[in-house]
Amino acid sequence: MLSIQITTGSDVPIFRQIVEQVRAAIACGKLSVGDPLPSVRALAAEIVVNHNTVAKAYAQLIRDGIVESHQGRGYFVAERREIFTKAERTRRVNVMIQPLVSEAALLGFSGEEVLAMVEKQFSKMVASNQGNR
Amino acid sequence: MDQPNFAAIHAVGLTRYFESKCVVNNLDFRVPSGKVTALLGLNGAGKTTTLRMMMGLLAPTRGTCQTLGVDSQSMSPEHLSRIGYLVEGHYLYPWMKVTEVARFARDGQTVFDDRRFDEIVHHFGIMTSQRCGDLSRGQRAGVSLAATLAADPELLVLDDPALGLDPVSRRSLNETLVDFAAQTTTDDRPRTVLLSTHLIDDVERIADEIAVMIAGRLLIHASVAEFQNRVTRYAFDVPAESENESLVSQMQAAIDGLVESRMVGKHCTVCVADAADDVAEQLAKLSSGSVETLAASLDELVVAYLSRDRAEHSFLAKRNGHKVEEMSSSSVVTNGEQAR
Repeated sequence: MLSIQITTGSDVPIFRQIVEQVRAAIACGKLSVGDPLPSVRALAAEIVVNHNTVAKAYAQLIRDGIVESHQGRGYFVAERREIFTKAERTRRVNVMIQPLVSEAALLGFSGEEVLAMVEKQFSKMVASNQGNR
Repeated sequence: MDQPNFAAIHAVGLTRYFESKCVVNNLDFRVPSGKVTALLGLNGAGKTTTLRMMMGLLAPTRGTCQTLGVDSQSMSPEHLSRIGYLVEGHYLYPWMKVTEVARFARDGQTVFDDRRFDEIVHHFGIMTSQRCGDLSRGQRAGVSLAATLAADPELLVLDDPALGLDPVSRRSLNETLVDFAAQTTTDDRPRTVLLSTHLIDDVERIADEIAVMIAGRLLIHASVAEFQNRVTRYAFDVPAESENESLVSQMQAAIDGLVESRMVGKHCTVCVADAADDVAEQLAKLSSGSVETLAASLDELVVAYLSRDRAEHSFLAKRNGHKVEEMSSSSVVTNGEQAR
């Protein structure tokens, strides 16, 4: 089940918020390969956002290889495949690690402690993904 | 959307004077078909006057406006039935029941979808047996909107529809507009919405494009995403000995597209439109340390634009030897004339 929360007045544009939340829902197993996404109009009505903005987010997800569009049937979570180079994938993860590391350092965690916490989250996610299949 | 370059409204050199005061000044404006465009600007910027000229309710002093392909000053009743216009304030006869509003509105229209009228009215929590005089402001907005949308307009123009609405009515309004804009008309034409508003959060949700009007001119018109990309915010600290005023004038001279600069103590933030590559370098010369580039929300960017407008107003007022108070009282007179 996909539930998307939009924040206005943020420096993240709404279309990007949608893209990120769909990606997160797939990553943590709330959506699995082959699951349908709501239609553009249905999602637009649900989150009260211009339909062109939702369509733009879906187009981005298709370009990223995360979602497929089947003519006349709608949008579905695609089979995972690598469409980014290793360097690009590393860059994307690094963007997310930066705020995590500074917050953890500020709160007095060591590198090992942070690593352990990340690993714990990772195995939790893998377990819940297997539970869903 | 199949005709991406088609403009639902195309104003060229649109100008309007009220006596000697220029309210709309040589305005060129293309409202793209199939999209939701939000018109922003301070009170008295000329938004209502512009919309009224586009709707053929007011003659321009100079310039022309094509509305759905026809000169706005010579639109036939058939042509007007393709256009819905919601005026500011949602005026309804207080003695009319909601059902009577529907009957009254239907008379002037070629198409009137009773089911859509009822749906929208219910969405605003209104019973059709109620009298308009007993409705809240938000409910009156709902009835006006329902009567306008039931006529299946291809072009919908709303003048500050959210003015004074509570959060629940505002949400109903936004939901109705999002849904309306996503549908095509019964004869399968894309719908176009143009609305003036002050609520930037709502604009971010429901609009494709933003146009900012300042003192009768269109300052910037871009898609919501492009708008956010076109303006960059920088932050830096200035040396303790530098004087704020000379610093600001130095920046104004050195940087093209400076939208706003703000000094809080010795910390400076500036917004620059279409920033050249060397802006950060230029700012570094004035700074006591490094220059940071910040992401900005739509809200912050629009406010930056609009506060420049206010600053220019008071600057012009000072230069012309008027006090700022006189300036604001003259804009009150203009509003009175617009309302007539």
